[in-house]
Amino acid sequence: MTTTATTETAPPSSPSPDPARPDRPRREPRRIAFGHRLSRWDLKLSPYLYVSPFFILFIVVGLFPIAYTAVISFMDWDLVRNSGEFIGFDQYVYVLTQPKFWIALRNTFSIFLLSSIPQLILAIFIAAMLDQNIRAKTFWRMGVLLPYVMAPVAVALIFSNMFGDKYGLVNTTLADLGIPPIMWHSDAFASHIAIATMVNFRWTGYNTLILLAAMQAIPRDYYEAAAIDGASKLRQFFAITVPSLRPTLIFVIITSTIGGLQIFDEPRMYDQYGTGGADSQWLTITLYLYDIGWGQWNFGRAAALAWILFLIILAIGIINLLVTRRVVRDEGSRGSLGRREQRAAARAARRDLRRATSSGTLADAPAPTIDTQEAAR
Amino acid sequence: MSVLNPAPLAVVEEGIPNASTQRRRPRRVQGSRPGWFVYTSLAIVLGAAIFPFYWSFLIGSGDASTIRDPNMSWLPGGNFLENAASVINDPAVNFWRALWNSIYSSALIAASVVFFSTLAGWAFAKLRFRGSKWLLVFVVATMAVPTQLGVVPLYILFSDLGWTGNIGAIIIPALTSAFGVFWMTQYLQQAVPDELIEAARVDGASSFRTFLTVGLPAARPAAAMLGLFTFVSAWNNFFWPFIVLDRNDPTLPVALSLLQSNYFVDYSIVLAGVLLSTIPLLILFVFAGKQLVSGIMAGAVKG
Repeated sequence: MTTTATTETAPPSSPSPDPARPDRPRREPRRIAFGHRLSRWDLKLSPYLYVSPFFILFIVVGLFPIAYTAVISFMDWDLVRNSGEFIGFDQYVYVLTQPKFWIALRNTFSIFLLSSIPQLILAIFIAAMLDQNIRAKTFWRMGVLLPYVMAPVAVALIFSNMFGDKYGLVNTTLADLGIPPIMWHSDAFASHIAIATMVNFRWTGYNTLILLAAMQAIPRDYYEAAAIDGASKLRQFFAITVPSLRPTLIFVIITSTIGGLQIFDEPRMYDQYGTGGADSQWLTITLYLYDIGWGQWNFGRAAALAWILFLIILAIGIINLLVTRRVVRDEGSRGSLGRREQRAAARAARRDLRRATSSGTLADAPAPTIDTQEAAR
Repeated sequence: MSVLNPAPLAVVEEGIPNASTQRRRPRRVQGSRPGWFVYTSLAIVLGAAIFPFYWSFLIGSGDASTIRDPNMSWLPGGNFLENAASVINDPAVNFWRALWNSIYSSALIAASVVFFSTLAGWAFAKLRFRGSKWLLVFVVATMAVPTQLGVVPLYILFSDLGWTGNIGAIIIPALTSAFGVFWMTQYLQQAVPDELIEAARVDGASSFRTFLTVGLPAARPAAAMLGLFTFVSAWNNFFWPFIVLDRNDPTLPVALSLLQSNYFVDYSIVLAGVLLSTIPLLILFVFAGKQLVSGIMAGAVKG
């Protein structure tokens, strides 16, 4: 395309019309040249034009607030004058010396662990059920996802009613079974369980479907080979399915960490006051942030707390990333393996070879496969 | 896909990424159906998923004393419409206003996110330009930034503009999404063969024309899913609307939160309101539940 254009632009000043195409008007080549230049600009500039709306908006409502939060966190913000006075790290010191902050941190992690671990185990289990050759696949999958469409606020209202101390469904049922009632709204750990239940209700199905997708990407040959080798269903599940899910699991863990540490809706709606309980039993970091910012109207401290939360999430994200890296390296380049790992790999290879020669099938080691979407993420 | 004949129709039929891997996998040879254990477990899971909905209908159709009745019936009472009416007529809740705000803001946010994400995703996936790699890395990095981080300055910004209490304050920050850009980039990379773009260029189509005639049709399935998920999460969003919106002009979740903050909590009314506010999304789920399922399975992941 470029070459034809240059040959056409070259002879515009030639006195005689092109002998090969005598019927063409003379000015034609110049117009092509202009169009060509236009299209080159079009090619070069339009990508920036396409991505710019996103970046402009993101800078205004995403990047600027983040940077400005940092600025405010070093200030004593005056709401009336709408400006602040620089006071250094005082706000950070204030937040970090509040016992409430540490309680909130403990509660946040407690709720996070109580919601993520059972949820993941349950999700793997349900996904394994859905991965069977069941009837009415779409029906079951949709059924599992149903809670996802309910707003967290709505979920919280329903469950805080079910976990009511006096007349709640859970305590009534416990009483029927002869178990003394649990004080879901005064005992800290019990309230964490109740709030974690809300999170689990809404998100288990969602994560189930992600894990189901990963399970379906596992080549069925592995299972066939294992079945020929005489592995039971349970053994197949733990030796093939679970290891293959590792990258997906890590991804799910990372996203649920980012979301879980920011939990607000459920603890906010757990009682009618929304302050995290009389003794801060279920006060979470974001709830505390809201209280400092829009209860006490102290924006400097709220900003400092926001940055502390961000740093916590970042730290956990980096830990996650390091773990992920290790997993990925285990799958990939052999060169970076340690000596022990190399020996282990050699042992495994010999074992595989023996197995292959004895059973007559080529049993390649079930290397964890990442499905394409997962790798792309 | 045949490289020789890159018909646009084939591009559209490519479908969502994971559907193709599913299709590639041959159905199990033996075709044996699993036993009762699988169905029983799934039925229990389904029961757990449905039960809270039923519970809120049970309480929501009773009256204030239902919850305290030790011999509560497991059949719904007849007061649901009455309770729903008292939610709608509660002057503190502003139900119709909240419903309209939720529909309007979620739809606008979804449309905007889809449009800008498709445009940017197209550029990242299929156009070569200086710095594209770094910009994409930047986009991905921003996905990990928690929303809480920017809340304080955003509030200051909007109160400077006098926009607190205005529904625009929740729409504008949500107009674009880093996740959306990433998702469309991923999808378009594999959905459109480069030959097709070359062909369009040789035929003299401008860059934007190529986007309109090649990129947009190919992006449709992924864009629909992105729109759905953005709509649902905008609809359910609570933290920022709760901070910035006025109690007289709320979205549905904010209005719901007001139901419980009354001095006397009548759970039959609260839970009737919960169901009432969930009905629009339940309707959406009936029509688009299948798409939501395949969207998640294709990687439409958003917290």
